[in-house]
Amino acid sequence: MMSLGVSVAGSTVLQGHGANIAGDQRPGVSLEVRGVSLNFGGIKALQDVSFTAQTGSITAVIGPNGAGKTSVFNTISGFYPPANGQILLDNTDITQVPVHARAARGLARTFQNIALFHGLSVLENIKLGGHHTMKTSLLSAMSYAPSARREEMALRDEVERKVIDFLEIDHIRHLSVDVLPYGLQKRVELARALAMRPRVLMLDEPVAGMNREETEDMARFILDVQEEWGVTVVLVEHDMGMVMDISSHIVVLNFGQVIASGTPSEIRRHPQVIEAYLGADQGATT
Amino acid sequence: MSEFLEYSLLGILSGGVMALIALSFVLIYKGTGVVNFAVGEVMMLGAYLYYAGTNSFGLAPWLAFIGSLVIIGILAILVERAVLRPLSGQPTVAVMMATIGLASIIHGGVEAVYGGDTYSPPTLLPRTPVNLGEVLIPGTVLGNFAMATILIGGFLVFFRYSKTGIALRATASDPVTAATLGININFSQRLTWVLSALVGTVAGVLIASSAGLSPLLAAAALSVFAAIILGGLDSVLGAIVASLIIGWVEALAAGYLGGKSRDIVPYVVVLAILVVRPYGIFGTRTIERL
Repeated sequence: MMSLGVSVAGSTVLQGHGANIAGDQRPGVSLEVRGVSLNFGGIKALQDVSFTAQTGSITAVIGPNGAGKTSVFNTISGFYPPANGQILLDNTDITQVPVHARAARGLARTFQNIALFHGLSVLENIKLGGHHTMKTSLLSAMSYAPSARREEMALRDEVERKVIDFLEIDHIRHLSVDVLPYGLQKRVELARALAMRPRVLMLDEPVAGMNREETEDMARFILDVQEEWGVTVVLVEHDMGMVMDISSHIVVLNFGQVIASGTPSEIRRHPQVIEAYLGADQGATT
Repeated sequence: MSEFLEYSLLGILSGGVMALIALSFVLIYKGTGVVNFAVGEVMMLGAYLYYAGTNSFGLAPWLAFIGSLVIIGILAILVERAVLRPLSGQPTVAVMMATIGLASIIHGGVEAVYGGDTYSPPTLLPRTPVNLGEVLIPGTVLGNFAMATILIGGFLVFFRYSKTGIALRATASDPVTAATLGININFSQRLTWVLSALVGTVAGVLIASSAGLSPLLAAAALSVFAAIILGGLDSVLGAIVASLIIGWVEALAAGYLGGKSRDIVPYVVVLAILVVRPYGIFGTRTIERL
């Protein structure tokens, strides 16, 4: 029963992959962080943080080190239960939903420190992205796949092929992830997140540690993910040049609070932002 | 020469069952980072359940075997839920202590019911000896090895290719990331404990039905401990190879130096190898030392 629901949702998303729907994005909010507070002991990591990510847009969360960017991400993922507030995915409150169940609802993410599974190949890592579409139980693991499941598996194979083609990693699919250079590992992690067929994709510092060329490649992939796949992207990033280039909406955090939000040009002129963040960062003006 | 061949063959064949026991250890260590000290007792309990099935309930051996697997599987789920899950998030030492406690409880419980006597459960596999050239191999030894090979082979395929197997490896490698991909960590860990307990039960029944059943059976896991340290705690392949090596060394020692030496020589060999390769033959270098 569950696999039916998932495969229906999956095929809806897959239709969105058909390239020729660019531009007819549904208006609305895919992800909403509503009044979230988070405490670690006496430390207020987040205080009344609210922002929304419009469907099909790229939203960047920026701020100086320790501002709470990764805390926001971990709260959205479900690692930290917030002291107050809600996380809404497609207008449904998911604050109480366990981490692994959020994947089935269309939430995917990558990590600041690459979190690929060592000892597994590129393809195995990517295949794990489709894991949530299958109901795992001891019984189903041992039983023969009925036709509904075979269809689901065929669909997944197709998504995996598209993802691998799209990110241009076909030539390394059978290599162990451990032997890949940094930039490619980042790309494989993005591929795995895309194989989850997410509606909302969270990227934690997707270009950290990359050189200019790698950064441009990654920026292009992120734009393509948004335009061709219709995925809502939320990212945390320090590379201000890239954030200003690709974001449609920017949220600025400082000391666990939202101090500004708006379009890149609004953020660039915002006095508080310049004082708190951009003024201290030489890369800001590039 | 034919003597050497005979000892070697018998030793390597008996290493097959040791590899099963080693697998029971390694599954848990890889999946949860815990060294399960109750493996020997789980084996023993499974074997006694098998004996009870055939003796007290008059079941056919294979029915009793399946029955013991089912009961052990259910017990593993209950123990995981009641004892191990509440300890998640605690240091792994806490969980290890809990497994030592479980071992004592099982050991005491079994001895309270059956005492220290040795029983001879019916064999699960045919006893007919097989003549390989000049060497005569007891049927149970060959049968146990075949059974162990099939089961271990099945596990390797399961971990290599099945969705659930790959998810278990992912959970073992990085539970946090696995959760964000939609893998249910609690389910993975429960499945790990169940699989480990089932593998232990198979080993226990195989040993009991060929070598007799007494509480001493639990000690069989001890010599396997040498094997998994040798193979590297986190390597399935290492556990298999090391078990075969230990089985072989044991048989050679018993054959040439007398039965008592089989308890000493394997450990000396392990010690010698660990001096050169402290993380085991196949173990990950960063592995936590015990």
